[in-house]
Amino acid sequence: MRATIRLAATGVTLAMLLLGAARASHAADSLNPPADAKAFQKFFTDKFPKVKLEDFVNGPYSMDEGLYKQWKEKEEFPPYEFALDAGRDLFAKPFKNGKSFADCFPNKGIGIRQNYPYFDEKRGKVITLEVAINECLESNGEKPFSYTKDDMASVTAYMAFTSRGKPFDIKIPNDPRALAAYENGKKYFYTRRGQLNFSCATCHVQSPGDHIRAEVLAPALGILNAMPIYRSEWGGMGTISRRFTSCNSQVRAVPLKPQDDEYRDLEYYLSYVSNGLPISGPGARP
Amino acid sequence: MRNSVIRISVFCAMSVLLASGAISAWAASTEADYKAAYSAAETANNEAGKLRNQWTTTVSALKDAKKAAEGGDFDKAVALSKHAEALAKASIFQSTEQKDAWKAMEIK
Repeated sequence: MRATIRLAATGVTLAMLLLGAARASHAADSLNPPADAKAFQKFFTDKFPKVKLEDFVNGPYSMDEGLYKQWKEKEEFPPYEFALDAGRDLFAKPFKNGKSFADCFPNKGIGIRQNYPYFDEKRGKVITLEVAINECLESNGEKPFSYTKDDMASVTAYMAFTSRGKPFDIKIPNDPRALAAYENGKKYFYTRRGQLNFSCATCHVQSPGDHIRAEVLAPALGILNAMPIYRSEWGGMGTISRRFTSCNSQVRAVPLKPQDDEYRDLEYYLSYVSNGLPISGPGARP
Repeated sequence: MRNSVIRISVFCAMSVLLASGAISAWAASTEADYKAAYSAAETANNEAGKLRNQWTTTVSALKDAKKAAEGGDFDKAVALSKHAEALAKASIFQSTEQKDAWKAMEIK
């Protein structure tokens, strides 16, 4: 009788251990950013075999031959040019204390867009380029920019322009908080929200190249490489913050505040899975 | 004569019924009803906010309910508050359901 009880207990313990091991293995499987990035890029190159990997940064223009021709013509007099000029001036203009943006960034802020966002291990947070710009302003006694457009779009446009062609090089340090931020961003990307019950992936993974009314949906791969963008729909420039908040509104979800943790983590995830693709911003979209 | 009496009686009975219906409809919603309905909707929407998933349509319905109440239309205000509560509860359900369901969408 005792032997039977022992045997049963051993069986239960073994089953529990196996279950635990399976869970741990599942957790390890789900936290593998390099494998995620590889699968992510493969998904899009398999779905659009005619589009070169580096062309995904051109969004809807890479999906449609007619649009691609229009875009090439538009690039001769690009609509983001005014913002680019304004950004160049703002970037060079000294603050009241005599310092400038160049004093806040590595390599004086030139050709560094591809390294943002990064995970700051001191603060345990994702730092996007937009956050770094406002921190630079505030630490020098200046007023921060609005996160969504105007001056922020101009300065990020200039910084992206100086980084054109450089491949995204987002790093995840060996810090469980960085991995958690990455995972949180991934969760946000795939989670359905709003009355329309859409996730980011509903449009940008399931339906890139398809139309929503007259718009061609962009692929998620390389979607941030072109930021900030001039959107004809907006009639002006917009930052990554503007893109995220307006996407939320479009699916009837109340947007979070620009640069809330979820948005920073989402940018971290989306940039990481586009590692290797060149910065193409500032961009123009319909 | 008998038919006329019957007709008048039926007419009177219907009029009384219609009038009482109208009165009861007019008296259906009070300010207190609105306040209770609005409070329930607001509580549900706050819960959705804690889950970081409020819907724009819930916010609009709450605003419209308040506007209707300010205009003295408590029937409309109660109906809109109940609509807002239903939307907020749907957003809570969505968040709960998506807690793990998002994984099914993931590219692997």
